[in-house]
Amino acid sequence: MLFDHPPPEVIDRAGLDQLVKLLRADGYTVIGPTVRGDAIVLAELANGADLPDGIGVDTDAGRYRLRRRGDRAVFNHSAGPQSWKQFVHPPRQRLDGPETVHRYAFLGTRPCDLAALAVLDGVLGAAPHPDERYLARRDEIFVVAVNCVEPGSTCFCASMGIGPKADRGYDLVLTERTGHEHRFLISAGSVAGEEMMDRLSHRRASGGEIAAGLQALDDAADSMGRTMPEVDLRGLLVRARRSDHWEEVANRCLACANCTMVCPTCFCTTVEDTTDLEGDHAERWQRWGSCFDPDFSFVHGGPVRETVGSRYRQWMSHKLSTWYDQFGTSGCVGCGRCIAWCPAGIDLTAEAAALAEKEEAP
Amino acid sequence: MNRPTLAVWKFTSCDGCQLTLLDCEDELLAVAEAVEIRHFPEATRKDLPGPFDVSLVEGSISTPREVERIKRIREESGLLVAIGACATSGGIQALRNFADLREFQRIVYPHPEFLASLEHVTPIATHVDVDYELRGCPIDKRQLVGLLSALLKGRRPDLPKGSVCNDCKRRGVTCLLVEGREPCLGPITQAGCGAICPSYGRGCYGCFGPSGSTRPEALIPVLRGAGLDDPGIVRMLRTYNAAAPQTAAVSTELEGAGDDA
Ligand code: SF4
Ligand code: SF4
Ligand code: SF4
Repeated sequence: MLFDHPPPEVIDRAGLDQLVKLLRADGYTVIGPTVRGDAIVLAELANGADLPDGIGVDTDAGRYRLRRRGDRAVFNHSAGPQSWKQFVHPPRQRLDGPETVHRYAFLGTRPCDLAALAVLDGVLGAAPHPDERYLARRDEIFVVAVNCVEPGSTCFCASMGIGPKADRGYDLVLTERTGHEHRFLISAGSVAGEEMMDRLSHRRASGGEIAAGLQALDDAADSMGRTMPEVDLRGLLVRARRSDHWEEVANRCLACANCTMVCPTCFCTTVEDTTDLEGDHAERWQRWGSCFDPDFSFVHGGPVRETVGSRYRQWMSHKLSTWYDQFGTSGCVGCGRCIAWCPAGIDLTAEAAALAEKEEAP
Repeated sequence: MNRPTLAVWKFTSCDGCQLTLLDCEDELLAVAEAVEIRHFPEATRKDLPGPFDVSLVEGSISTPREVERIKRIREESGLLVAIGACATSGGIQALRNFADLREFQRIVYPHPEFLASLEHVTPIATHVDVDYELRGCPIDKRQLVGLLSALLKGRRPDLPKGSVCNDCKRRGVTCLLVEGREPCLGPITQAGCGAICPSYGRGCYGCFGPSGSTRPEALIPVLRGAGLDDPGIVRMLRTYNAAAPQTAAVSTELEGAGDDA
């Protein structure tokens, strides 16, 4: 694994605060991880002090807990309950009115989430019918990515061929180093990133620092809490259409739609009109929809996907298989959110493994 | 132009859902202007005869007289909308469906022989065709105004059928169950309230009743994991919508399993 050229520089914790300050001074609304209640959410940062300071997370299927770390790390916590999707493809938006486009700076976007943004670009931003509102929001964003040196127990981006190192889609990328000196390796990935680098107080990284950073990322790739089975997932899901496994999952699945809501690439929406009582004002609103909602596949006479099993199959097949047919990529980036934030603890990687196993020994 | 006529009816209930209409302070005048209110005892002494373009019906069917009355109202109404947990699943009073009515009557009344109650409390839809249902104890004001506005314009009202979790996630609330903070019925409860309780850090207690599309059975292990014992789960499932068939089946089975043990 190689760092991009030119070799990374180093900023310290104060340098990170300075970055937030400069971005805000440039008119960006800086969005990043911050502790709210019992979770790390993504919200506006007034300054660097709003970042989680020494807070980590323990995750598992259907489980998420904050914990105090032994260091002051600000980015060492795996994907939380929210994703950057909410800023580029908001949960609710009015379609027939003007909208204020924020100039967002994303601070702390992980490789899985960079990949998710690229997936959304392919879905919402692509010709011949791009979502102009999406493009307008997306255009303005300054992205400060963070390489993952400490994947969580629900992470599996490496087995989706993605992380833990960001390779494109950012203006700046950080690798957090704790230990005797809290610092960040930093490199630019765009002209805007380079210009920002020039304004930040930084120093050259030593050969040792660069090597240690690379080593940490190599180790991270091997320490993902979960992996997808090493099979052709796309074909597996096509062949599993009639598997009895779907009904088995349906016994555990609540059909609550949390998995789709937290997924950084799930893009489906539903549109509703509102009118006022006087009848002289109407609005058209779009909101996140879900394939777990019976209304989602409702046509004349009833929902096409009546059973919970058929809805789970639709979801998983789309993420891992038919997404390729539709958009040319996987719909899953391995962030693990659907695993951690499923109240029933249903685990996409375990279900894929079960399907693969059933196929081998029918 | 003649304004559409509206009637608001009460059956066995606490009046809270009707009051939701009166609580629409900002919209109330607009409602009163947009429709002609012909029957609404909670608001006006005026009591004009039908037919009614829209009837809002609050309350459950608990007595033989109510069975007859709801049929008459159905005949006089263009659209009939059942409002609230009582009208859509039986409400709190349907808890007696799980107990012995005679025994309650003996304990409470000196002369139970004067009472005329049905053995079971039932929702409006058990007796007549219902065009729309507004869930909740009480109903949600925005849904009510949204429904009336939609009906006035001949538009399909926006009444989502999915779970509360949909709204919880859309408004960026982080999950109480997954964070181990509170047992929550959101995953099996029909959306529409806007996930009010989770947004205040309180678990959803299911006042909108089970969402027809979700699976209450699958929530049992989750609630056990959240620290509830089986009697606690039965209690949680038996509040405002105890008699809704989906959850009633689960709570009855859980209770039965407990009795066997
Ligand atoms: S897989 Fe989990 S999060 Fe998704 S609908 Fe089923 S229970 Fe809900
Ligand atoms: S399917 Fe699950 S692991 Fe994959 S991108 Fe969506 S939330 Fe992340
Ligand atoms: S807090 Fe309750 S309603 Fe909200 S996502 Fe979690 S289970 Fe669903």
